Order: sequence, then structure tokens, then C-alpha cells
Amino acid sequence: MLVLTAVAPIPLAGTADREINVAAAADLSAALQEVAAIYEKRTGVVVKLSFGASGALTQQIQNGAPFDVFFSADMDYPRQLIAGGQADGSTLYRYAVGRLVLWVPKDSPLDVEHKGMDVLLDPSVKKLAIANPQHAPYGRAAAAALQHYGLYERVSDRLVLGENISQAAQFVESGNAQAGFVALAHAVAPAMQGKGKYWVVPVEAHPQLDQGVVLISRSVHQKDAAAFLGFVKTEEVAALLLRYGFTSPDLKYKPK
Amino acid sequence: MLIDWQAFRLTIELAMVVSAILFVIGLPLAWWIAFSGWRWKFFVEALVALPIVLPPTVLGFYVLVALGSRSPFGRWWQSLTGHTLAFTFAGLVIGSILYSLPFAVQPFAASFSSVDRKLLAASATLGASPLRTFFRVVVPLSVPGLVTGVVLAFAHTMGEFGVVLMIGGNIPGATRTVSIGIYDQVQASNYAAANAMALLLLVFCFAVLTVVYGLNRRTPNQRTWMIGPAE
Repeated sequence: MLVLTAVAPIPLAGTADREINVAAAADLSAALQEVAAIYEKRTGVVVKLSFGASGALTQQIQNGAPFDVFFSADMDYPRQLIAGGQADGSTLYRYAVGRLVLWVPKDSPLDVEHKGMDVLLDPSVKKLAIANPQHAPYGRAAAAALQHYGLYERVSDRLVLGENISQAAQFVESGNAQAGFVALAHAVAPAMQGKGKYWVVPVEAHPQLDQGVVLISRSVHQKDAAAFLGFVKTEEVAALLLRYGFTSPDLKYKPK
Repeated sequence: MLIDWQAFRLTIELAMVVSAILFVIGLPLAWWIAFSGWRWKFFVEALVALPIVLPPTVLGFYVLVALGSRSPFGRWWQSLTGHTLAFTFAGLVIGSILYSLPFAVQPFAASFSSVDRKLLAASATLGASPLRTFFRVVVPLSVPGLVTGVVLAFAHTMGEFGVVLMIGGNIPGATRTVSIGIYDQVQASNYAAANAMALLLLVFCFAVLTVVYGLNRRTPNQRTWMIGPAE
């Protein structure tokens, strides 16, 4: 408890309405909900989460969305905000490295676990879901991976674009697309357990998915937001993120 | 390129197909709503009106699930054709028909109901079948309502967003409509392109609605210009 108070102040009397608003990339939805729940329980500060594509959230922050903290799925969007004066450059922190997986439903005849990318050439794959590369970092990684394996041209007419990585997952889960590129975080999330099988795309196939968090300059909850960011940097959170399919290069954790 | 013309062509095509189909299925449905004496009719009326109040995400979500291989319909369709209806133009047509149904049926039914019942009785007395009465008396007297319904269905489909976002998959030339294109441009901070397309859509929809209201302004005189030469 002593260690904790160093990073997360114990709630004072009459602070029931303390809150911070967090914008976060869609791949974080399961992990960050758990982080927020733990933090709320310990500090009494309510963490309100809004998930979306990183590009979409960046655009909202640029237009004055009242967020205090922004978890991006890459480092470029936070840097854009810093360059534009909307975020505090000194707070930029790489909280995780994401992994991309090729995911198919459990009952799919595609042997994705052993054949990997090759299953995409199977004629039964009529639609392949990815996040929109225009504003979702995981979409860009998926496009890069397809190009890396020389498959992009061959599957481009079968691509369907999710507004963010969660929607890409939902297209496959609902049985409308036969395969999709999603975050490892989706594949291992409790809600998806046992629903599918996946193949982790090797790191060399796409630019590393460094994910950055930054504090928003306009925030009216600066102190609480900074304290929350302190909590995010603890090994406890790093271990939690690891459990949700992220790696944490700044700490000792390595993927299994 | 500032304006995605392919998206515009696709959206207008979608709106035309949807309003044409809604005209065909809306006529009998509206006729039934206007003239049926069934005591549980209000259930059907509530069902038809539902898309007005339901968020498009609810509609889009259920359509997505219904078209997917997890639903009996989706499985049947996929075993028949080999592919899902989601992410196709036909899928958007289905979603849009549900989404715009009340915008066609309600004006149709309202104008059918306002037809003087004495005229129907007179037509029947003169030996006309109900079907003949419908096409010779009711429809000609309801033209303004029919035009309103078709145009509203058209315009409503033009502006559709949520359902398309949920079931479209953003495929250029097949499911990327103007509203999705605009959304993408805004998300990517391409405000110039977003603005060009948004403005064009705004002007287009305004023009369409102006024509409808302009036509409806003439409604008091409709009897003189609607009823053409008999037989």
C-alpha cells in the first residue's frame, strides 16, 4: 500500500467526483478497462474510457474533445498532437508494443495456426477484414504485412475495412468475413476466449507497433491525469498488459 | 482528388434502387395500414415506425448478425451463393430498405387515409373491383403523398451513415457511400476533401427537398392536374 500511494494518491474526503477522461485506441479496450477498474478501486478517481481508431481520436482532440489522457496505437499520432501544441511532449511514454495476428473463427476449416499467411490464398476466404489503414495504425500494419508477403495485390479486392481494429474483429466474429487482421490483444481478450484461432504475424513483417500515451495540454484534470500515467508506468500494469497480448520493452517482460 | 465521384454515383444508385423497391412494397403495405380493420394493426404500425427511433447502430448490428454465418438466414444464403450479403451493394440495399421504410410508408398511408371514402363507395357501386378502385381512384388522388414518400426515402438513404458503417466494410465502388467517404476524410484530418463532399451532399439534398416541397405547394390544385383524361 505504501508503494501504491507513491504513484496514486489515496482519495481525500469529498473527492467522490474526481474523474479523468481517457481516449484510447480500440486494441486497448479489454486491457484498459481492467487497469481503470483497479485504479478506481484504489484511488476513487473515476476513469472514463472512450475507445476508437487512434486517428479518429487524434482528430477529435485536435478539435477540442475534453480528454485528459490519450493512449494511441502508435507514436505518430501523439507526436502530431505534441507538434500542434495539444499534448505535452514531456509526458510522451511508450507504454506497450502491440502485436498483429491473423484471426479466424474457431470452426473455420482454415489451419491458420500452422499455415499462417498462406490461408489467405484459400478460395474459401471471400472477405478479409482489416482496420482502415487511413486512420488506424493496426490497419497500416496489416497492409504492410500483406505487402511484406507479396499478398497485397492478390487479396486487395477481398479486403473489407473496419472503422477501427475492433470492428474488423467484429466482421470476422459475426461470420461475414472469413479471416481478419486484429490485435493480439483482441485474440486473447476474455470476451474472445475460445472463439477463434490465430497466427501471430512475425515482427519483421511490419513496422513495430510502438504504442504511446501522452497527457493532453488542455486537460482540467492535470494532476489526476499525471497520477494515472504514473500508475500506467508501474510493473503491475506492464504485467497486466503482457497478459492482454502486449509486450513491454521498457521493462523486463518479454512475450511468451 | 477532392471529391470522390465514385462514392456519389454509388450513393445515388443506392438511393434510387431503395426508393424504387420501397415504392413497390410500400404501396400494398400502406394500403393495408390505411384500410385494414384488424384490431392488432397498431402492432404493425409500430413496427413500421421503429426505424425512425432506433439508432442505426441497432439496425446495423442486427443486419450484420443476420447476414453472417452465425444466423440461419446468413448460413442459408451463404450455402446458396457462396458469399455473405454483408459488404455488398445488395446488403446495403437490404439495410437501407429497413432503415427508410417508414419514410415511404407513412406518407403513403397518410394520403390513402385522406381519400374521401364516399369516392371509394361510389367506385364500388359502379362495379369496380377493389384493385381497380385502388389504381383508378386512390392512387391518382394520393400522388403528392406518393411523391413525398418516394423522395423522402430517396433523401433519407442518401444521408444514411450508421447502418452502412456497420455492414458496409468501406469498399470503394461497392459500399463506400458519400457519408462514409466524408467520415474517413474527417478522421484523417483531410478537411478540404471532407468539406467539398459535405457541401456537395448538402446542396444536393437541399435541392431534392426543395423540389418536393415546391411540388407539394401545388397540392390544393391537384385535382385539376392530377386526374388526367378518363380512360
